[in-house]
Amino acid sequence: MTVRVGPWSVRLAPRALLTGVLLLLVACAVAVVAISTGEFTVPVPDVLAALFGEGTPVAELIVGKLRAPRVVTGLLVGAAFGVSGAIFQSLTRNPLGSPDFIGFTAGASTGGIIAVVAGGSAMAVAGGALTGCVITALLVYGMAFRRGVQGYRLVLVGIGANALLLAVNSYLLTRANINDAATAGAWLTGSLGGRGWEHAIPVALALAVLLPVGASLARPLRMIEMGDDAARSMGIGVERVRAAAVVTGVLLCGVAVAAAGPVVFVALAAPQLARRLTRSPGVTLASSALMGAVLLTVSDLAAQRVLAPTQLPVGVVTAAIGGTYLALLLRKDRY
Amino acid sequence: MRPAEQISPPGAGTAPAPARAGGRRAALAAGLVVAAGVLVLVAMASIALGARSMPWSAVLDAFLAPGGGADHTVIREVRVPRTLLGLGVGAALGLAGALMQSLTRNPLADPGLLGVNEGAALGVTLALGVFGLSDPAVYVWFAFAGAAVASVVVYALGSAGRSGGGPVRLALAGIAVGMVFTAACSAILRLDAQTFDRMRFWLAGSLAGQGADTAARLAPFLVAGLVLGLLLGRPLNTLALGDDAGRSLGVAVTRTRALTAVAVTLLCGSATAAAGPLWFVGLAVPHAVRAVVGPDQRWVLPYSVLVAPVLLLGADVAGRLIARPGEVQVGIMCAVIGAPVFILMARRRRLAAL
Repeated sequence: MTVRVGPWSVRLAPRALLTGVLLLLVACAVAVVAISTGEFTVPVPDVLAALFGEGTPVAELIVGKLRAPRVVTGLLVGAAFGVSGAIFQSLTRNPLGSPDFIGFTAGASTGGIIAVVAGGSAMAVAGGALTGCVITALLVYGMAFRRGVQGYRLVLVGIGANALLLAVNSYLLTRANINDAATAGAWLTGSLGGRGWEHAIPVALALAVLLPVGASLARPLRMIEMGDDAARSMGIGVERVRAAAVVTGVLLCGVAVAAAGPVVFVALAAPQLARRLTRSPGVTLASSALMGAVLLTVSDLAAQRVLAPTQLPVGVVTAAIGGTYLALLLRKDRY
Repeated sequence: MRPAEQISPPGAGTAPAPARAGGRRAALAAGLVVAAGVLVLVAMASIALGARSMPWSAVLDAFLAPGGGADHTVIREVRVPRTLLGLGVGAALGLAGALMQSLTRNPLADPGLLGVNEGAALGVTLALGVFGLSDPAVYVWFAFAGAAVASVVVYALGSAGRSGGGPVRLALAGIAVGMVFTAACSAILRLDAQTFDRMRFWLAGSLAGQGADTAARLAPFLVAGLVLGLLLGRPLNTLALGDDAGRSLGVAVTRTRALTAVAVTLLCGSATAAAGPLWFVGLAVPHAVRAVVGPDQRWVLPYSVLVAPVLLLGADVAGRLIARPGEVQVGIMCAVIGAPVFILMARRRRLAAL
């Protein structure tokens, strides 16, 4: 379906639009449930009042300081993971080319742990995670580069780097003093607990910059999926687009890990689930972002409530969801 | 890969010059003796070196004239059980890796990479954390169950779909399944602080803290797996020619596959129950061995059994020495040594199916 307004035209896929709207509604619904229910129930009208600064002090504390930042961080981080996963799956032409498996998430963890052990503030930990992610990506790409980066070699080198970095991480944890180790350990399991606005706002800013960049890359990436030569013949600067996509994907992944810790499987599952729902031929960035946001907030809700009062780290729930999904993916698909 | 004339199955009467073949066999047998010698040396080093290093004479003394000194106590109570455990675990992982690579014809097969050890680890975690079982000879059965489930799931996922089981696909399936098992482990441990405290070093992969009784309780299973695995060399050689060729040469294809799977389960389950989920030993050693002795499984399997503990004990000793008076867990050392090898392999080799 093509919409024309004067000299401009936009191609719209009705099913993708419908799916996007539905996912958005689901995300809103989950957010409302997560904010209003819990040990202390805040009725929905009071939630709105509290958000606009007109509620009771208790409701304002619980909604404004505790629950809303957590939910917003979850939505934003989920979206970042979703887009990052979509970009890497498109780049590697492989539904399993997720930043979780090829070492980027582990590299971000290494940076974060080093910052914790060095006694850094929350900002330093976030910066360490971002730096670790970028350095790992550079190294993995450098090592996988041999007359061009082939998908399978990137994946294998990444698997090796992943194992190495996981070992480095456990080494750092065993060498740290007990308090640092506990702090780093809690961060490492990937959790949204105790997230405030100071976590949400950097992710929001990063998304505000990186999502438009990602959107502008979506079309050339789709062309590159058809093969480098085909894309080149259609006027795409293949290497330039690929470099830009890698930078965008790595930064998104790094920012997300910096805010929530290394939450696994969202970047893997979100793009593929979104692809199933939209029935699009490849991964799509917008629906992946929405699906990532829904997945992470639902997982976080489940992590808080399923075994209440025990609070599971959200990474455990996303891994369970991801694992279940993976079984379906592998059974049905070739790649 | 070896040149074609060395791939031809040995003992099939195709050797061009029997005298040369006989010389090669003698050389390989001598190599096996050398490997055993190196292993003994490394085991001695593992007994002598550590937070409290002792002279070789003390080590010999402790065996020849056991006394009551502190050194002798350390050697008898700590170092010897630990070294024996490392020997058994290393041999098991090396043989399991070689068997898996042969069975799946996949050069990336490794008990850790394909999630089998993580499955066994989940079994052990369930047994210790949920059912409160503490006898190694009992919870090893949970490890077997976990390893068996993991290998079936990974193999099914890795070879499903239209493209069949390529090496990369199987590796990704293994990583993914392993991650799910690991997450399940950490969920269980989260709920039970006491178990977590007991298991966190084991989960990183460690030979420390397991007494002589653990080694003794697990030994029968390890030995059973080793014997069974070593007996499978000849049928696996024939199966390397393909199922049809193997069948026509009189190999019971299904039975060989099943027995190999049983051996892998016994080896990975007991090794993981003893030392936690370890990576890369089972990957790197069979590759190195094949580069030297060629593709004949009757040589690859025993060489793997002897060389893998050299790597594992060497890594363990290095881990004890670089962080004195503490130590770096052997699982971490294995990954630090093994991952670069793996990356080089990914860069250098064409990952043709074996």
